[in-house]
Amino acid sequence: MDVATVIFFSLAALLIGASLLVVFLRNVVHSAMALVAALFIIAVFFVILQAPMVGVLQVLVYAGAIMVLFLFVIMFLNLTASEPRRRAWLSFAGVSTLLLGGVLSAMLTQTEPAADPVAATELFGSPEMLARNLFNDFVLPFEIASVLLLVAIVGAVVLAKRGS
Amino acid sequence: MIVDFAIIAAKAFIVLFMVLNLAGILGWIERKGSALIQDRIGANRASIFGFAGLGLVNTLIADPLKFLTKEDFIPPAGDKFLHTLAPCMALFPALVIFAVIPFGDVLQIGDRLINLQVANLNVGILYVFAMASLGVYGIVIGAWASNNKFSLLGGVRGSAQMISYEIAMGLSVIGILMVYGTLDLQEIARGQGTLIRELLPQGLSFLGGLVGWLPAWGVFLQPLAFLLFFTAAVAETKRIPFDLPEGESELVAGYHVEYSGGKFLMFFAGEFAEIVTAAALVTTLFFGGWQVPYLMRDGFYFPWGGQWLLPHLAVVGLQVGAFTLKVLFFCWLQILLRWSVPRFRYDQVMRLGWKMLLPLALVNVLITALMIVAAQ
Amino acid sequence: MRTVPLNYYLILSAIVFSIGVIGVLVRRNLIVVLMSIELMLNAVNLTFIAFSRYLGSIEGQIAVFFVMAVAAAEAVIGLAIVISVFRHHQSLDPQEMQLLKW
Repeated sequence: MDVATVIFFSLAALLIGASLLVVFLRNVVHSAMALVAALFIIAVFFVILQAPMVGVLQVLVYAGAIMVLFLFVIMFLNLTASEPRRRAWLSFAGVSTLLLGGVLSAMLTQTEPAADPVAATELFGSPEMLARNLFNDFVLPFEIASVLLLVAIVGAVVLAKRGS
Repeated sequence: MIVDFAIIAAKAFIVLFMVLNLAGILGWIERKGSALIQDRIGANRASIFGFAGLGLVNTLIADPLKFLTKEDFIPPAGDKFLHTLAPCMALFPALVIFAVIPFGDVLQIGDRLINLQVANLNVGILYVFAMASLGVYGIVIGAWASNNKFSLLGGVRGSAQMISYEIAMGLSVIGILMVYGTLDLQEIARGQGTLIRELLPQGLSFLGGLVGWLPAWGVFLQPLAFLLFFTAAVAETKRIPFDLPEGESELVAGYHVEYSGGKFLMFFAGEFAEIVTAAALVTTLFFGGWQVPYLMRDGFYFPWGGQWLLPHLAVVGLQVGAFTLKVLFFCWLQILLRWSVPRFRYDQVMRLGWKMLLPLALVNVLITALMIVAAQ
Repeated sequence: MRTVPLNYYLILSAIVFSIGVIGVLVRRNLIVVLMSIELMLNAVNLTFIAFSRYLGSIEGQIAVFFVMAVAAAEAVIGLAIVISVFRHHQSLDPQEMQLLKW
């Protein structure tokens, strides 16, 4: 059991625990905090997988902005009525999801593309490499993404406004 | 391998030790300094055997003891888990940002080069902003878990202020990133060692006599960005003049009104640690970090041609000392600012962040880009 | 130091994705449903980054970059819809929003 495997399994256990908490906690605010923890652990995985720029962006955008928005909306709506439990639904959904997880795992692990990772240079995943590819090969999706964000901002303000 | 881990652990320990001690000392400087500014004596009642030590005994020994031995009160209708989690989430970002702040150049022991920075990330600046954005959670969760209208009001104001000024802070730094060409804080600190004379393009070499002898610090190359960043950093840490979320005379301490004892001490320590963090960031980005003007790796090289060679340890000592002095200066400046300037109204805070800092930061980026393109 | 084989990451992503699917199907609170969708998107991001590392291709990270931008836009619009639906029905239960026009 070397260090990398130990780290991977402990982080994986934490991630699965946090995801289960997100789905099964009754209190929505606690659920949101569990999701923040899950996002943070995924960012740690990104950094381990030699994607430091994307990992830091994950914390900055997802855990730092989107989840704050979720928390604002939860506190704004402030619903205290709890939802009823339905045993039949839970077992049906649980079984079908286990099936889904099993099928996904089996399909994904069918072929073994590379047992060992490709030796990555110091530059892989760095801002320079990401920027070079983003602004040369993917500049059109980049511009469309900025328009998409503008549309989302305008749409959200229009949808959430009170009154006519 | 073990030696590598030990070195990193030692660096982390030293940095955390310095930051937490500095946060405590800043509490004393704030109380005594504010007393001097307001022409009063300040806290001087607690004493050991009659030795009151200028209020040191009061602030550094009596107050923490009082905080730590108080009853831990959680509001009955509040959320127990979140009430305890909030101060931790407020203190965490302030300390963790120090992992990427360089406090010196490389230290050479034997044949081992130690980079005087706890973690050398190639995305240093983005990491700083990511951790700063996590600071909002302490406020939001603390306000919500207290089940108190004043607390919620302070929390909403505080979080809105923090997310607004995060944007201005990030955009104002883009000019610095363009000028030094890297996101790595150690490289930015190193890049401020050259003289402006060597960075001037052909057309502007007539300025060489006037400003060419200055080191290429961020404040000389990006003065507007320095003002914007400093303002945004003070607003992020919710210090006066931006302390309406705490609003001592309005909201009865805002989002931490229901906190007492050890948890309040964590919020308090978090605020002072954020002062040190803001000072360290301003130092690294705009004032050369650990750079002493004209000091290279082996000694002083003055622009008029003189030299003064120094041994390696003396150079490293001078650089670490320079960093500490600069950070202390900016901490003192923030404390002075607190006791000199009245507080902004909330709509003024929002207007400043969105309508003044943000457009100015964008204009700064535009002008910097034009100047860099014109200089090539 | 040997590294972890790719399959471990893929199985982990599959598990987190399935947990997200449970959340969408079982929970009767619109906000928790939205959060489960975010969890699914993040599981997919993990798959992308794992493949990007093991195949040495940067395109996986660029895909994650865009997935994050789109997820941000989708979360914003989804929450705005939740707010306006709440104003109308005074409830966040998807079961009560069965009729299109009321």
